[in-house]
Amino acid sequence: MADHTNTDILRFVRIKKVIEETPTIRTIVFEDEYSIASMPGQFLMVWIPPIEELPMSVGIENVESCKFAAVTVRKYGIGSTALYHKQVGDLIGIRGPYGNCFSVPENLRNALLIGGGTGLVPLVRLFSNLLHDQIQASLIMGARTKDEILFEHKVQELLADNNLSDTAAFSTDDGTYGFNGSTVDLAESILVSKKFEIMYTCGPELMMKGVQKLGERFSIPVEASLERYMKCAIGICGSCCINDKLVCRDGTIFDSMNLKQLTEFGFSYRDKSGRPSYFVS
Amino acid sequence: MGLEIESNMLNLEIAGISLRNPAILASGFLGISQAIFERIFDEGAGAVVSKSISKYPMEGFRNPTVVVLENKSYINAVGLSNPGHESFYEEVSTNDKVPLIVSLVGSDPSDFEVMTKKFNKSRIIGFEINLSCPHVQKLGMEVGDDPQMVKSIVKAAKSNTTKPVFVKVGIGNTNLIDISQTAINAGADGITAINTIRAMKISIDNFNPILSNKIGGLSGSSIKPIAIRCVYELSKKFSVPIIGCGGVSNWEDALEFMIAGATSFQLGTAMGFDGMSIFNSINSGILKYLKKKGYQSVKELIGRSHKY
Ligand SMILES: Cc1cc2nc3c(=O)[nH]c(=O)nc-3n(C[C@H](O)[C@H](O)[C@H](O)COP(=O)(O)OP(=O)(O)OC[C@H]3O[C@@H](n4cnc5c(N)ncnc54)[C@H](O)[C@@H]3O)c2cc1C
Ligand SMILES: Cc1cc2nc3c(=O)[nH]c(=O)nc-3n(C[C@H](O)[C@H](O)[C@H](O)COP(=O)(O)O)c2cc1C
Ligand code: FES
Repeated sequence: MADHTNTDILRFVRIKKVIEETPTIRTIVFEDEYSIASMPGQFLMVWIPPIEELPMSVGIENVESCKFAAVTVRKYGIGSTALYHKQVGDLIGIRGPYGNCFSVPENLRNALLIGGGTGLVPLVRLFSNLLHDQIQASLIMGARTKDEILFEHKVQELLADNNLSDTAAFSTDDGTYGFNGSTVDLAESILVSKKFEIMYTCGPELMMKGVQKLGERFSIPVEASLERYMKCAIGICGSCCINDKLVCRDGTIFDSMNLKQLTEFGFSYRDKSGRPSYFVS
Repeated sequence: MGLEIESNMLNLEIAGISLRNPAILASGFLGISQAIFERIFDEGAGAVVSKSISKYPMEGFRNPTVVVLENKSYINAVGLSNPGHESFYEEVSTNDKVPLIVSLVGSDPSDFEVMTKKFNKSRIIGFEINLSCPHVQKLGMEVGDDPQMVKSIVKAAKSNTTKPVFVKVGIGNTNLIDISQTAINAGADGITAINTIRAMKISIDNFNPILSNKIGGLSGSSIKPIAIRCVYELSKKFSVPIIGCGGVSNWEDALEFMIAGATSFQLGTAMGFDGMSIFNSINSGILKYLKKKGYQSVKELIGRSHKY
């Protein structure tokens, strides 16, 4: 008999719903008890047979007031585009959830969350949890342009249900919606007048590097969710390494102490062959 | 690393190299980063083998590249992705503490000539020639099944380095003993046995072979009895050291390999299941066994099954 408790073993799920989020992003909803039990920041390996297997953050969607698992995918290359075009009733393979999750210190009073693109998948989950736990949370959501703002509706609903001083702010690179500029610039403008106990970030690495620098400048601890090329997700192939850490096993979330040691953070990553490549700002 | 495990009861030599203990990380596991090599060494490994390095960078196959099976086993077809010898030479240029063995893969003797010459200048303890990757065309096993090629490759490597050269064999079309004999005659200083064994996993839900390459190599507990048999046969026949590999998951497995005739052992798959602390737990298990049974050194166990 197959061992259904070992989450490393591939399992199949049937797509229950597909949500159009933006012109390039869709959320694929399916049933999976292990994903529902996952924490914000954890990811799945998603097999789009026979094309590709990709790491994807685990999301949660409410459908007819039941909780379902979900991944939110931006169509980009072959793999993600194949996943984006999957339809209700199609089968995909999943394994995981993998990785650690954002930590919420006991007695936390407030937090600033800074996310861009599909990096908002774990951050909006975390935002929802913080609101639920009555922790004051401010969310900065970045996108290239107005049409690509992700989860605005969901976030507005969360805010409407809460009467605390929680906020969401938007920034677009082209200035078509909200703040005209980067999420980091927006965060900086908020930090000069308000003190936060922690910052959480997920999105493009140079954005997260910017958040780390803000954290140092304003003496605020930071947790960032990193991405590296993943083949196995189980700590054997080494393709996801950053310095002496494995993003799939030791991460994906690293705190300020760790980020400081990770000299490759915001500087270099390895390509599919394992050769170093460099971020260009 | 625990003081207890620093015990010299675990010290040994293979082909003139001294190791603090016999537990070696097998090729292909976390094998491309110097920072990770240092971490594995700090976690207690006696030595570390790099990913198999080729002359030029290789991207490997598309995902899925690894399938996890029920019985502490994997099937993988990573496709020998590696940064290529020039980039990897830079990677290990800062090595000053890790007993590192560089695994090499190539399709003809000139590849090995170039690579051994280059890495002979690095602070590494030796080479392992991968003649046995079962899932990449024109590399590994395809080379290992051609005796004339094996001979020329081992000679090319040996004539360009003063460091020991191990040859890693597997279950291919050519008899394991014959190919090992060819390698030893050409100057190989030892044999690593075995590599993964050609295998497949097919989904009963959508009828697809899961790996993008369809066929991969089986590793882990499933192959251990075969690996034990290979080590036993090789060590009975040859006097060069045999390094056992295939399905070591705990200290009992490790001892079984040594008693079968292995001078030391490598492991990979088990680290995926139990993490890097496996080196320490295996070493401390062996040490406890030695003390309990009254042995002075792990070396006393090598090949103890042969006389029966
Ligand atoms: C932990 C983690 C969580 C992620 N979560 C999401 C998410 O929720 N939604 C989303 O849309 N994307 C997510 N990604 C990115 C996603 O995995 C793919 O990188 C992206 O979809 C592009 O893949 P592709 O095959 O379409 O592109 P390709 O054209 O094949 O590759 C383009 C680039 O994508 C990256 N990439 C491709 N394959 C991988 C891989 N196996 N591992 C890491 N990076 C890869 C590489 O940088 C590559 O150069 C996540 C990545 C990681 C590591
Ligand atoms: C993901 C993966 C990658 C591997 N890559 C290599 C490699 O590059 N060179 C090589 O000689 N062996 C490679 N192997 C084989 C291992 O070194 C080893 O021979 C095999 O896994 C059996 O040992 P184990 O059961 O302890 O894992 C690889 C195995 C796995 C699972
Ligand atoms: S993806 Fe293979 S070790 Fe992290």
